[in-house]
Amino acid sequence: MKLSELNKGDRAVIKKIDTSEDLKIRLASFGVVRGSELSVEAYSLGKQTIEINVEGTLIGLRADEAKEIEVKKL
Amino acid sequence: MDTIKIVLAGQPNVGKSMLINAMSGSNGLKVGNFSGVTVEKTELCFEHHCHIFEMIDLPGTYSISGFSKEEKVAHNYLLNEKYDVIINVLDSTHLKRNLLLTLELLKLNKKMVLALNMADEAKKEGIEIDIKQLEKIIGVPVVLVSANTKEGVEELLEKVHEVADSQERIKSNILYSDAMEKEILTIERFLNQKGFKLRDLSNREVAIRVLFEDEELYTQLHDKPIMMELQPILLKSLQHLYTHHETKDIREIKANEYNAIVRGIHLETVKCQRNRGKKDLTKKIDEVLINKYLGIPIFLFLMWGLFQLTFTLGAIPMDWIDKVIGAFGNWVGSNISNNFIRNIIVDGVISGVGAVLLFLPNIIMLYIGIALLETTGYMSRVAFLLDGFFHKFGLHGKSFIPLVTGFGCSVPAYMAARTLKSEKDRLITLFIIGFMSCGARLPIYVLFTGAFFGADRAGNILFLIYISGAMLGLVMAKILRVVIFKGKDEPFVMEMPKYRFPSFTLIWHTVYNNAKSYVKKAGTFILGASVLIWILATYPNQPLLEKSYQAKIEKSSKDKAKKLENELKMKKLEQSYLGKIGKATEPLFKPLGFDWKMTVSLEAGLAAKEVVVSTLGVLYAIGDNVDENSNALAHELKRNISFASAMSFIVFVMIYLPCLAASMVFAKEAGGYKYLVYLFIFTTVTAWIFSFITYRILI
Repeated sequence: MKLSELNKGDRAVIKKIDTSEDLKIRLASFGVVRGSELSVEAYSLGKQTIEINVEGTLIGLRADEAKEIEVKKL
Repeated sequence: MDTIKIVLAGQPNVGKSMLINAMSGSNGLKVGNFSGVTVEKTELCFEHHCHIFEMIDLPGTYSISGFSKEEKVAHNYLLNEKYDVIINVLDSTHLKRNLLLTLELLKLNKKMVLALNMADEAKKEGIEIDIKQLEKIIGVPVVLVSANTKEGVEELLEKVHEVADSQERIKSNILYSDAMEKEILTIERFLNQKGFKLRDLSNREVAIRVLFEDEELYTQLHDKPIMMELQPILLKSLQHLYTHHETKDIREIKANEYNAIVRGIHLETVKCQRNRGKKDLTKKIDEVLINKYLGIPIFLFLMWGLFQLTFTLGAIPMDWIDKVIGAFGNWVGSNISNNFIRNIIVDGVISGVGAVLLFLPNIIMLYIGIALLETTGYMSRVAFLLDGFFHKFGLHGKSFIPLVTGFGCSVPAYMAARTLKSEKDRLITLFIIGFMSCGARLPIYVLFTGAFFGADRAGNILFLIYISGAMLGLVMAKILRVVIFKGKDEPFVMEMPKYRFPSFTLIWHTVYNNAKSYVKKAGTFILGASVLIWILATYPNQPLLEKSYQAKIEKSSKDKAKKLENELKMKKLEQSYLGKIGKATEPLFKPLGFDWKMTVSLEAGLAAKEVVVSTLGVLYAIGDNVDENSNALAHELKRNISFASAMSFIVFVMIYLPCLAASMVFAKEAGGYKYLVYLFIFTTVTAWIFSFITYRILI
């Protein structure tokens, strides 16, 4: 399933990141790579942005980006 | 005395500025500027053990291999400049992510010390870091420090000495994934067999770089005969890596490898007891502050509160300052007998500079607010909350940071826009920063709202001015996006730093430095401008006019004489150089309801917005001597300017070109003077249209 489909409080592991190369590198510099575990902390109004927690780091993402991250719910 | 040149590098939110403060503070010689968000490298020097420490603070970046402007600044500096030691500052509580940058820095092959900052916080959270083990793995000395408690700071300085003096380097023991190690070994073995040697690099290092397609290394290897034989081996190795990592992008492979290494290091060096009290706190605060429904109202409320405080709290010392300046002017006036000198000092310098100094308390309040937003970690949350909304206007959530900085001063705001990666996002943001009224425009608003609305309503009106300026900026952004800067959006990926209690020292430094430069500007630039404007307002002499009035005044009664005297002053002013300039350009602004005095003030404001107030101060002080009762200028304005004209004036000030200094920075950041021309046309036309509408509606 996609990261954007998770609910608040869900935990998941990243299966695949299917975005532009630049964004992949950017995400990697935050520790977001294949195999990372994450939890969904918050959504903004209308699910436009998502806050995830990846190994202690809180990261804000736009829904468009979250759609491109394939995860497996834990 | 020897100099040790130190470069500080680290990810954002690791407390680099704080650490510099702690390091130099105890030895304090000269402290550079501490702008809230370090966008340009800052430099400072201090003495330690008979060495001069020269520090360069690079902008905080998550990586140095990326494409954002900040990352390029950091990368270029680290690669090309001469320096002795890198201090890599890390957040002990986020070691894993921070080590990713460390791995990149290690590739530079320079002398380095790791400063694990926020050691006290880590301890509180039950995080235990095995320093010795960490040193062994990465081959670089590691020091636990806390900029907060100053613990370990002295040790860090000692270590820098040691590293700077030492010649040899400890070997690192960084291990890649098994698949990668296998390929490294193959290539390393081949290089050893050939007896290959490149610079000071070990063959293992060469192997790693070849595999990661390090461009610099390739250019050096390019024409070496060994390339011939290396190529087939390399191709095979890369093929293996591609299969293992399920991608053909070597940058992605590198990122994956680095993440794996860091995970390994973390496993070996960090023990974390399950004590997550602090983390829960951030979570709890986030529950409220970025709550789906409450988040934005809370944010708006906080901003509203800030403007209310700016006005009400700032108004208290304003009265005192006003009285002091008035009294000072009178005292100086009574002590100078020479007419010319007295006038130039009292009417020119004191009323001009005084008018600007009057607003120091407001400026301080505003800067405290912005510094609080920045240091607590709330700023990123607001970017998170507003991204959806901003995105609709063709902006990026991150644009919020330069835009809010713009409420303080446009200069750092233009620089803060560098965090935006996409060129189009950056340019749009640069173009609308001016719509966020800067601190120097505040005095004009305070003056006019105070005069026309009274103190009790002024705070709300002030908030309204700022909000409508910001809204207009958003609309303009959308227009720019649709009409001029079309194209793909930059993704929104942003760290939400842990909430931290604001550091008093850092806020004090930021506010103090900003206040200092404001006062300095009042003492130099604005003083000069005030004198110039006074001279322009006083000359040329008009002996004929004076004589005819003198004769009339002598003949008439006391009451009438006073009236005639003021009439004379007005006539003289109108025929002065300044009057002529104002009159000549008045037709341009007539439709907006401005008289020539307002016109001149606006034109002078192109140099600096503070000059608008000081010019008004000089121009309206002439009709009356500098008054000792408070808010003399506001009083004068209310008597001479209609409500509609005043509002139209506020609107114009809100929109038109920022000061000269900001304009220069804008040109530099946008990438050329042609952009400044565009900005001038864009802002002036917009300002004129909106002022015109305001004036026509209200009249």
